[in-house]
Amino acid sequence: MLYLDTLPKGGHAVIEKIEQRAPLDPIATRLGELGFVPGEPVQVVATGPMGRDPIAVRLGTSRFALRRGEAARVGLRAVS
Amino acid sequence: MSSTASPQTSASPLPAPLHIALVGNPNCGKTSLFNQLTGSRQKVANYAGVTVERKEGFFTTPGGRAIRVLDLPGAYSLDSTSPDEDVTRDVCLGRHRSEPQPQMLVAVISATNLRLHLRFLLELKQLGLPVIVALNMMDEARRNGLRIDVAGLQADLGMPIVPVISLNRIGVIPLLQALDLSLPAPPSALPAGIDFHMEVRRLLAAHVVDPSTGTDRLTDRLDRLFLHPIWGPVVLLIVLFVMFQTVFAWAQPLMDGLDSGISTFGQIVLKPLPDGVLRSLLADGVIAGAGTVIVFLPQILILFLWILALEESGYLPRAAFLLDRLMALAGLSGRSFIPLLSSFACAIPGIMAARTIQNPRDRLVTILIAPLMTCSARLPVYTLLIGAFVPHHTVLGILGLQGLVLFGLYAVAIVSGVIAARVMTRGVKSEEHPLLLELPPYRRPNLKSLTLGLWQRAVMFLSRVGTIIVSLNVLLWALSSFPLPPAGAPGAAIDYSLAGRIGHLMQWVFAPIGFNWQICVSLIPGLAAREVAVSSLATVYAIGATDDGAADKLLPLLSTQWSMATAFSLLAWYVYAPQCISTLAVMRRETGSIKTVLWAAAYLFGLAYLAAFLTYHITRAITGIA
Repeated sequence: MLYLDTLPKGGHAVIEKIEQRAPLDPIATRLGELGFVPGEPVQVVATGPMGRDPIAVRLGTSRFALRRGEAARVGLRAVS
Repeated sequence: MSSTASPQTSASPLPAPLHIALVGNPNCGKTSLFNQLTGSRQKVANYAGVTVERKEGFFTTPGGRAIRVLDLPGAYSLDSTSPDEDVTRDVCLGRHRSEPQPQMLVAVISATNLRLHLRFLLELKQLGLPVIVALNMMDEARRNGLRIDVAGLQADLGMPIVPVISLNRIGVIPLLQALDLSLPAPPSALPAGIDFHMEVRRLLAAHVVDPSTGTDRLTDRLDRLFLHPIWGPVVLLIVLFVMFQTVFAWAQPLMDGLDSGISTFGQIVLKPLPDGVLRSLLADGVIAGAGTVIVFLPQILILFLWILALEESGYLPRAAFLLDRLMALAGLSGRSFIPLLSSFACAIPGIMAARTIQNPRDRLVTILIAPLMTCSARLPVYTLLIGAFVPHHTVLGILGLQGLVLFGLYAVAIVSGVIAARVMTRGVKSEEHPLLLELPPYRRPNLKSLTLGLWQRAVMFLSRVGTIIVSLNVLLWALSSFPLPPAGAPGAAIDYSLAGRIGHLMQWVFAPIGFNWQICVSLIPGLAAREVAVSSLATVYAIGATDDGAADKLLPLLSTQWSMATAFSLLAWYVYAPQCISTLAVMRRETGSIKTVLWAAAYLFGLAYLAAFLTYHITRAITGIA
């Protein structure tokens, strides 16, 4: 499966699922509350100046900065 | 109140004000709405036990209803992940220790970000409290091509919706009118276990037409520059450079003006007084003490103006994005950047800003290194010593040597902070530091919010001068004036005073780092406020500070009486020493642990002593003074 941390800059995809790293993973929960939920389209708009971490993504009308470790929880499917 | 229970008799007392709270996501315009509603009738304090800022205000509706409004910290969810979200959750649920549950919530949502904000609104709907929805930024949403069927959405949600524009007075009139009506019934809760996201999607599909996907083109364009891997950091460097330049350049004329104003004031007040204890108390204790500190007000306000403007414009989270990787080297995340930047003005608001860091360990480490960021109170000391001991040369044609030394002091402090953080976070690999930072749309900073913010800072600073700083200077004056020397005794009067004796005792500890007893004495009041050290030196060296700027007279005196090694050693000491009781007190309140504070004080004093010791001996070796 494609994950948000490997989506190239400018790339579009649709969120398929959010993976929990642990039972009641607080980061996965917060991602959900911020609107990272299945069916939402995402786009990577920028990558950090050093080592390409963190990334900035657009999710609908909001924008978020997140590290690749966090982004790796977001499973994607390609847009048709 | 007993009077409310009895039926209306003659002169009825005013009814208790209606108690409401503003709740909403970060970046929904909640604070500008709060400022529009209350104007300057606000009280800013902290919630008991934590340093989450508590903002309360009062206003009266056109219909005459008195309202007390609480501006709750922005939150994404009642399932909180940070201390300020805890406050919002507890107040909303009526679980807060010192804060009663509000009678009604005003839920602020931005029309430009409905998908995110409606989800939180649905959480609030479940609380069983009356809710009025303030739909903010309708103008901006319309520009982005968004069409919202407000009546339909209102009926569907079961909560009254009032469109507002929080940026101007006229824009909040609809909300004021709605607050004049009787309280709406609490909305009926959604069935338990419902998926809020599905519900939001249904609401959006039914009531919002969004031809352009509602995105903000300006923000997209600016982000292409500001988040660019090369241009982004370049812009950030320019912003920081201009910021620190203006803090020094713009403030100077204002500071000079204040300085001469205070001297004139001192002369007018002191003229009718005969020589004696009272005159000495007023001149050396009160006016000199307060005056030497008040002159730094312009610098502090300009620095805060920058920080407030950068924050309001939406740029600060971008800076955090750019610096995340750098902060990761220190074992922290980009979230720590904002508190650390504020610490250059003063560590106290910096430590308070750390409340937005979710990871408890990141938050603690940020608090512990915040005092290493060179706060504005250190500037007077740096300026004095550099002026006295660093020659006025130019290097490489354009750079002033004095400016370079000042820059070096800042740089050493930052590098030390990074190393300290690295050491404190070593070995802890397993834990993740989430960044997860919202990048809000860019906005022009609101003049009213900036003015109010600066006004509050100025009041806080001046009340500090009026209380702590003046009382300490009076105390120091007393210590250095009494007991009086015996008649005809040789030497300076201060040698016989209590302060003189304390200074001589302290020399046992400080002689190895080159401090004379006068420095030792001035360190004591410096504990209350670092900047007092300058006026203390003036007091100790018995200079009539009111005549014409203490600093101007101290400068030549110090350069003849101190060795260069002593001066540099004191500079090094000032880079590290945690000499500010207020900072330690805020740390105590913030971390709730006296152990942490003692540890912080110990590590900072240790670093200060070590750095001063090395500086002293190395400078002595170089300058060849035995």
